[in-house]
Amino acid sequence: MMQGPVPIASPRQMDPFQQMWRAQSELNRAIGSLRFAPTQADYPLINVWASADHAVLCAEVPGVEPDALDVSVHQDTVTLRGTREPEALSEGDVVHRAERTAGAFARSFTLPFHVDPDGVKASFKHGVLTLELPRPESERPKRIKVQPS
Amino acid sequence: MAELQQDGRPAATNGNGAEPTRVGPTFIPATDIIERSDALVMILDVPGADPETLDVTLDERVLTIAAQSMSTAPEGLRPLYAEYRDGSYERKFVISDQIDRDGIDAVLKNGVLRLTLPKAAQQPSKKISVKLN
Repeated sequence: MMQGPVPIASPRQMDPFQQMWRAQSELNRAIGSLRFAPTQADYPLINVWASADHAVLCAEVPGVEPDALDVSVHQDTVTLRGTREPEALSEGDVVHRAERTAGAFARSFTLPFHVDPDGVKASFKHGVLTLELPRPESERPKRIKVQPS
Repeated sequence: MAELQQDGRPAATNGNGAEPTRVGPTFIPATDIIERSDALVMILDVPGADPETLDVTLDERVLTIAAQSMSTAPEGLRPLYAEYRDGSYERKFVISDQIDRDGIDAVLKNGVLRLTLPKAAQQPSKKISVKLN
């Protein structure tokens, strides 16, 4: 195995954080490419990003029609509901593999701030739902200018 | 020589033992396979897969499905919580039945790839006569 240039701790002192970082990157490399198919309990998978004035939530909802998705926002909680239709089978069909999940799902996510429900934007592309969740104007952090005395 | 990851190490190998040229994980999409009387239907979950990068190849009996997922990360925001990552999808299947190669149909909709592989018309059985020496 090729060993690339790994940043090493300064020779004068041991850096425990550096050691931890290295252990973690070793572990990530060993298991990083595994991806477990979501079970019904954690379908859909979600990613959330945030800044001081808004958050973006992405959910992987393959096989769900956008009309069949129900998104609701209450205070700081976003809830996704929907139903994934199972594949219709006719008589004589043989199922060789069934790895995908089907049925009703619901997931909630609590953000670190309240969401302005009127400003939420939802888009859907290639099986990924993207929600833009703005923070109410009144709750956004204000920059205070310090006056020199 | 495979590309190196940012920390200078080779990228993780994919399921074929070969190293991918792109940096990033390779995922195995969850698949349903249903055999109907006239066709083999394969349904693969490839959420976020970019249709431009989708590549379905049937070589001899090996069917390969590969795609790249588009990045959804918005700029200027810090990640708060993550359950999935961007990467590529790849999976191979060995098809045992006789398939009508020209009739293969692939549809990508809502992050689900549906492949319909029609079965080739059955060849009439041929009796082979054995000659006696």
